[in-house]
Amino acid sequence: MANRISDETMDYVGILAKLDLNEEEKEAARSDMQKMLDYVDKLNELDTSNVEPMTHIFSMGNVFREDVVTNQDDRANMLLNAPKEKDGQYMVPKTVE
Amino acid sequence: MEIKDMTAVKLSAAIREGRMTVMEAVAATIDAIRSREKEIHAFLFIDEEGACHRAEEVQKKIDSGELVGPLAGVPIAIKDNICTKGLKTTCASKILYNFVPTYTAEAVKRLEDAGAIVIGKTNMDEFAMGSTTETSAYGVTKNPWNTNHVPGGSSGGSCAAVAAGEVLCALGSDTGGSIRQPSSFCGVTGMKPTYGTVSRYGLIAYGSSLDQIGPVAKDVTDCAAILQTIASHDPKDATSMEREDYDFLSALKEDVSDLKIGIPNSYFGEGLDPQVKASILSAAEVLKSLGAEVEFFDLDLVEYAIPAYYVIASAEASSNLERFDGVKYGYRASEYEGLHDMYKKSRSEGFGPEVKRRIMLGSFVLSSGYYDAYYLKALRTKALIKQEFNKAFEKYDMILSPASPSTAPRLGESLSDPIQMYLGDIYTVSVNLAGLPGITVPCGFDNKGLPIGMQLIGDCFAEKKLLRAAYTYEQARGTYPLPKKEEA
Repeated sequence: MANRISDETMDYVGILAKLDLNEEEKEAARSDMQKMLDYVDKLNELDTSNVEPMTHIFSMGNVFREDVVTNQDDRANMLLNAPKEKDGQYMVPKTVE
Repeated sequence: MEIKDMTAVKLSAAIREGRMTVMEAVAATIDAIRSREKEIHAFLFIDEEGACHRAEEVQKKIDSGELVGPLAGVPIAIKDNICTKGLKTTCASKILYNFVPTYTAEAVKRLEDAGAIVIGKTNMDEFAMGSTTETSAYGVTKNPWNTNHVPGGSSGGSCAAVAAGEVLCALGSDTGGSIRQPSSFCGVTGMKPTYGTVSRYGLIAYGSSLDQIGPVAKDVTDCAAILQTIASHDPKDATSMEREDYDFLSALKEDVSDLKIGIPNSYFGEGLDPQVKASILSAAEVLKSLGAEVEFFDLDLVEYAIPAYYVIASAEASSNLERFDGVKYGYRASEYEGLHDMYKKSRSEGFGPEVKRRIMLGSFVLSSGYYDAYYLKALRTKALIKQEFNKAFEKYDMILSPASPSTAPRLGESLSDPIQMYLGDIYTVSVNLAGLPGITVPCGFDNKGLPIGMQLIGDCFAEKKLLRAAYTYEQARGTYPLPKKEEA
């Protein structure tokens, strides 16, 4: 069984996940993650010391293309999806004092 | 013959031969949707106006001889995680409640170029995370065979829409079984192509190394016709593969005499419903009687596929879903203090519980200190699983298995125990990990009258063999019924 997930770890994962969980949700998330990680620990039964991690099933390497713009300027339509917009820009809360 | 009794390919032929107009096909489809939606709720949006407009356009092109393909004039439903320009695309999530894409996914564009008509967007598990379509933020979809049961997921809306006779065909997406499992639960035919066969451009990403778009339809011929239309080498998707042969319809021959089919012993152990087991084994007997060589063999590492899958899929999901932050599109919280608080509140209010669960797990397994132990361990396990399949395909042309250990569960019974729900993906997730093609074909019913599906799994790029075997089985099986419409 994996070590119990500490409060510090839960807070850190919350920052990485950019999720704001209240105490109740945090406890539920901790319990869910703990159960899942205990289950995932089954993978430790396998000896993978000589196995390379497989990120892609085909060894295709990088795919390059010419750096040429092919799509049209669609600014106005894209901005229609913006929750807040001002002067043709996305509007967000002030971030720099 | 009424449209609902046709297949997509037959409907298109009727239209091209002038026995029916595109507008009649669209109108009949809208009628069918209207008469069933209240009960089934397979759709999130129906684009009547757009479809009628397109019908006129397509009819002209058919009349002028410009459109001659097997899907010309056919109304099709699209899973709501596939972008459609000008038509709301929500991933069944509150966080994308008002998102209108400015471009169309490559697979849909190819369908439209072939004369198919997008009729609406189908319900799904939120961001395709789930096996029942119950994690949708917009209500559950019911199984047309018995509305007390789930349609499966995550492409539950697409599969239920076809089973309910609302549409003849649909697109789904499959990250860990999301086409094949609901196809089994709804008694329809669904296919996940080899990774890289269908462009993921415009498919809102869940697990990018696992996701593939694929067809859902009433028979194998329609699946082949749709696959042939949507498969392409697309430079806009860097993982798209150039294939030598896209002529999938030519694979539809009744012949399995040269095929060697393996059935993994480990797939028939504990946890498999005896009725599903019996139905799958009798389908295997049918293939045997038609000349295929069918035998049991040992496929190892089966029990490691689910933990490896959930680590990899959650890791990729946590990264892919970072883009939903309330800045450029979708939901933004109404009250917040500063930028970071806005991100956090928008995401916390916008995502549902299953999505949050996977983002948390994914963030954890990718965090420094745990990355090697969990994420890299899962990727190493994936390499071993791939090796096991390679060994199997040295000996067999394809693998035969159930698509799910049970038939459709009742509504409300699955979400309380996530790990139990994940275990239901035992026959499907390894196919995604190894990038293989798989097809589900209906093969029977349990004693409650719920459908059972057989899954055939092929080696990479062996779609034509799979389609041939599935087609041959289907011809021997005969027409698989659609559910009788329940009395309102």
